[in-house]
Amino acid sequence: MAEKPKVAFYWCASCGGCEEAVVDLEEQILKVVDAVDIVLWPVALDFKRRDIEAMPDQSIAVAFINGGIRMSEQEEWVHMLRKKARIVVAFGACAHLGGIPGLANLADRRRIFDTVYREVPTQEGQPGTFPQESSEPDGNRLALPAFWDEVKALDQVIDVDYYLPGCAPPPKLIWGAIEAILTGALPPKGAVLSPNKACCDDCPRKDSKPDKIELTEIKRPATHVADPDLCFLAQGFVCLGPATRSGCGNPCIEGNMPCRGCMGPMDDVFDQGAKFLSAFASILAPKTEAEIDRLLDQIPDPVGTFYRFSLPKSLLHRRRPGATV
Amino acid sequence: MATTAFEPRIVAFFCNWCTYTASDLAGTARLAYEPTAPVIRVMCSGRVDPQFVLKALQEGADGVLIGGCHPGDCHYQEGNYKTLRRFRLLKRILSQFGVEDERVRLEWISASEGDRVQHVINEMTDQLRKLGPWHARS
Amino acid sequence: MKLVKVTIDGIRTEAEDRTPLVQVAQKIGVKIPTLCHHPLVEPYGVCRICTVEVHMRGRVRLVTACNYPVTDGIEVFTQTDRVRRTRKLILEWLLARCGHVPLLNTLAAEYGITEPRFGRGDDTCILCGLCVRVCSDVVGAHALGFFNRGTTRYVGTPYDEPSDRCIACGACVEVCPTGCITMDDEVEQIRGELPLGPMTAIYIPTMQAVPHQPVIDYDSCIHFKTDACRVCAAVCEAKAIDHGQQDRREEIQVGSIIVATGFQPVDPQKVPQYGFGRYPNVVTALQVEHMVNASGPTNGQVLLKDGSRPQSVGIIHCVGSRDKNTHEYCSRVCCMYSLKLAHLVHERSGAKVYNFYIDMRSAGKGYEEFYNHLLEEGCEFIRGRVAEVSDWAVTPAEQGKLVIRVEDTLAGLVRRIPVDMVVLSTGLEAREDADEVRRLFNMSCSSEGWFLERHPKLAPVSTFTDGVFIAGCAQGPKDIPDTVAQAGAAAAEALALIDTGQVELEAYTAWIDEERCSGCQICVPLCPFSAIEFSREKKVSTLNEALCKGCGTCVAACPSHAAQQHHFTDAQIMTEIEGVLVR
Ligand code: SF4
Ligand code: SF4
Ligand code: SF4
Ligand code: SF4
Ligand code: SF4
Ligand code: FES
Ligand code: FES
Repeated sequence: MAEKPKVAFYWCASCGGCEEAVVDLEEQILKVVDAVDIVLWPVALDFKRRDIEAMPDQSIAVAFINGGIRMSEQEEWVHMLRKKARIVVAFGACAHLGGIPGLANLADRRRIFDTVYREVPTQEGQPGTFPQESSEPDGNRLALPAFWDEVKALDQVIDVDYYLPGCAPPPKLIWGAIEAILTGALPPKGAVLSPNKACCDDCPRKDSKPDKIELTEIKRPATHVADPDLCFLAQGFVCLGPATRSGCGNPCIEGNMPCRGCMGPMDDVFDQGAKFLSAFASILAPKTEAEIDRLLDQIPDPVGTFYRFSLPKSLLHRRRPGATV
Repeated sequence: MATTAFEPRIVAFFCNWCTYTASDLAGTARLAYEPTAPVIRVMCSGRVDPQFVLKALQEGADGVLIGGCHPGDCHYQEGNYKTLRRFRLLKRILSQFGVEDERVRLEWISASEGDRVQHVINEMTDQLRKLGPWHARS
Repeated sequence: MKLVKVTIDGIRTEAEDRTPLVQVAQKIGVKIPTLCHHPLVEPYGVCRICTVEVHMRGRVRLVTACNYPVTDGIEVFTQTDRVRRTRKLILEWLLARCGHVPLLNTLAAEYGITEPRFGRGDDTCILCGLCVRVCSDVVGAHALGFFNRGTTRYVGTPYDEPSDRCIACGACVEVCPTGCITMDDEVEQIRGELPLGPMTAIYIPTMQAVPHQPVIDYDSCIHFKTDACRVCAAVCEAKAIDHGQQDRREEIQVGSIIVATGFQPVDPQKVPQYGFGRYPNVVTALQVEHMVNASGPTNGQVLLKDGSRPQSVGIIHCVGSRDKNTHEYCSRVCCMYSLKLAHLVHERSGAKVYNFYIDMRSAGKGYEEFYNHLLEEGCEFIRGRVAEVSDWAVTPAEQGKLVIRVEDTLAGLVRRIPVDMVVLSTGLEAREDADEVRRLFNMSCSSEGWFLERHPKLAPVSTFTDGVFIAGCAQGPKDIPDTVAQAGAAAAEALALIDTGQVELEAYTAWIDEERCSGCQICVPLCPFSAIEFSREKKVSTLNEALCKGCGTCVAACPSHAAQQHHFTDAQIMTEIEGVLVR
């Protein structure tokens, strides 16, 4: 019997939700386990780095890597996996676009350390004790991975073959991807393994859209209760559905929450946030600067809203270092 | 010294009917201005996708200038109102990205205001000289 | 309508029963003198000068022709001895009251009166009441009336005060047979203002007007003030006049439009140093143009304000042109029209004419020749911009004259030239409402307000709006031949468009990739031309390229990269951005 293809799962800067998503395959996971040989899965099985290092290059069929890249150790891992694996799949929004951790790109390392290790009131021990890349407590040399100024998406660090979008990727898409890999029915390299149409396409609220959407008010789930049947955008909620790839199955919409954009942009869109911004601003009603500004005041954090999952992959990647504005 | 002096680079998006014509007029009228702002012509300022502005900054532009017809004068009636709305929102994210106010500018310049093209580009160049280069990447 | 047979002085005729006799006589050319009669007012029969002899069924009677209704078979004699004697007596009575009225004296001579038996009175009003009747019955102003009776009867206004009911229409002056009523400053007014507008309430706008039909000026027509008058309707045989006509707003569907809204002359008061408005004999070229018009207010004569002929006239070129304070451009037509006026003024008044110019711009077929012709005619040409026109005389020769102070740049000295009349050759400027018109048609204007052509050489009569063309001075100053040529070009362009019956689409329209469109409908409300619709069956938006004008607004907004624009795709523009930023 031929050797089963080897599969690796790895996590970088992520919440662990993507690991859950694999488990969410439910009984299908058994088929996966039957079909492949899992060589690395830190959340479930114990492997050491040297085990992988010892494997010959290109010996792993596919590596599913989730999470953004924020530390030196993650970078080392993904470079190594790139060498060992024939196919690398960026798994989930963080690997795909930078994800929620990527929002840290509005700050830099210093700002983050100051906040976490000095300013937060729940700080324990000596405020201002920062993690050191190398230290010698009690005469023992101790090394910690370097913490970068910036979170990167996976393809900003290594070459990526496919993307499985979503926060977390829906089981249906994961299974589809695995099947495609097993059968060799793969799309061209670089593809996002989800339909190239926006969420509105299969949104249950699509038919409720009026002929002409023109917004005179902007609402937020925190301040307004949304009608459970009408298109969020038409109600004045910032719904990123029009600028976000479908395939998620609309769980947010079903839960009466507007789409926040985790599936990322469609093909040929350079910057999901800017693209949504353009679409959204276009349908505002006011015509004068003052009235427009008054309406926009209702979006307290535009970058956080439009780039919730995609800041590192935006055209500007991050806030300009040292910027004072 | 001249070789090392910082010369800002501005990408200008001008609408075909007003500002582009105005810059043409500035040319025929031999109004000299700073050679800092190559123009990308679009039919209407409404075609200016905020992605273009970010792309220019990412590619190393120090400033971006969008020129359109005065409100009410858009050749396509309302294109420039959409530009204005996008611009107001774009400015907000730009400031979150740390982009200084002077770097990205929207100006209404009608076909007859060749001198205004001259003035705006000179002024912006001056401001950017003071501000220094924009490093999109750290 | 019943016709009756009437014989007047042996001439047989037919007339409608009960027509006033005077009308029947007039129709067949029999002259009956009248004084208190006017065809537009009801007959009054008070002066009795129209007395004639009527024979009816054997009866002979003296009657007044103005109010005698004809009946069948009457025979009328207008020149019998009895009639003549009677009229003579009436005239003598009238002369006893108004002995010096020319009309009465002419009549008196006809009737052989040399010394009227009852002497000659000094009054001028014969109390015919025409003015009173016309003012009440026709004009409807009721400003005049009779006062007192017997020998002290007179025509006047209540309490002999200037009447506030009088609308100064002048109808009473017009009908008064003796010239008793006058409008004192009428002549003054016409000369002083040299109105270019209507002189009467109903008028044909210009000699060349198309259609060549009269129009009624709502503001000066008496009917719209007093509800009466309608004199024009009464005299119009074609019954073409309808005072009930209302303004109508008509919507006309057209395929192309030629905007030829013209220019306005520069207001000469913007150049105050030339004294327009301060000195009555400083006039604009247009006013002189009006004067030299044979059907104008002065019947083609060039006259000073006091009605006399000027001895010398100075024509100042470039007023409101080629001047930083007004307009920097050259108005192109002033040189040549100044030359024309110089020629005409000289021809009509014999005056010595001076032209003050900066440069003579006589480019054009036959123009330079015309300029040479004027030089030969003895017209004076002085090169230099006039500094000032004043009435401040320093030598006796300048007394009572307008003095033009100018640097003669050819002679190299400052001169003072006294003239009787100064003509300002005002330039052309864009109309006040040019900006509104521009917006209406979605055109552009140059900074001076002229409509902008799409391209000065390649598309000189097209605008940035398809199907809208421009011609004439709305596009920029030009003379009549150029205007006609341009108008022809615009008409041809418009016709070409009509003729093809189809419009060429812009090459850079947008299109929607239905494979990518999610039907989010962001784009739908953005299109100003309603080119995008959401298809309920396909669940995507569809774009009608025939309606799309290619602004690209929808493209910039489409978050799916589904709407794209030919020649302005995202990829193209992105590459352009990279291109312009290459070091
Ligand atoms: S805008 Fe949001 S709520 Fe509306 S149809 Fe699209 S995804 Fe659904
Ligand atoms: S609806 Fe939007 S935010 Fe929610 S899962 Fe789908 S893509 Fe992600
Ligand atoms: S001018 Fe005056 S008084 Fe004479 S008819 Fe007209 S309204 Fe009457
Ligand atoms: S904006 Fe784009 S995706 Fe949305 S309906 Fe229009 S073409 Fe389709
Ligand atoms: S490009 Fe402009 S005109 Fe054409 S469909 Fe889009 S919005 Fe309408
Ligand atoms: S055409 Fe100039 S802004 Fe639209
Ligand atoms: S004209 Fe007939 S009475 Fe005066």
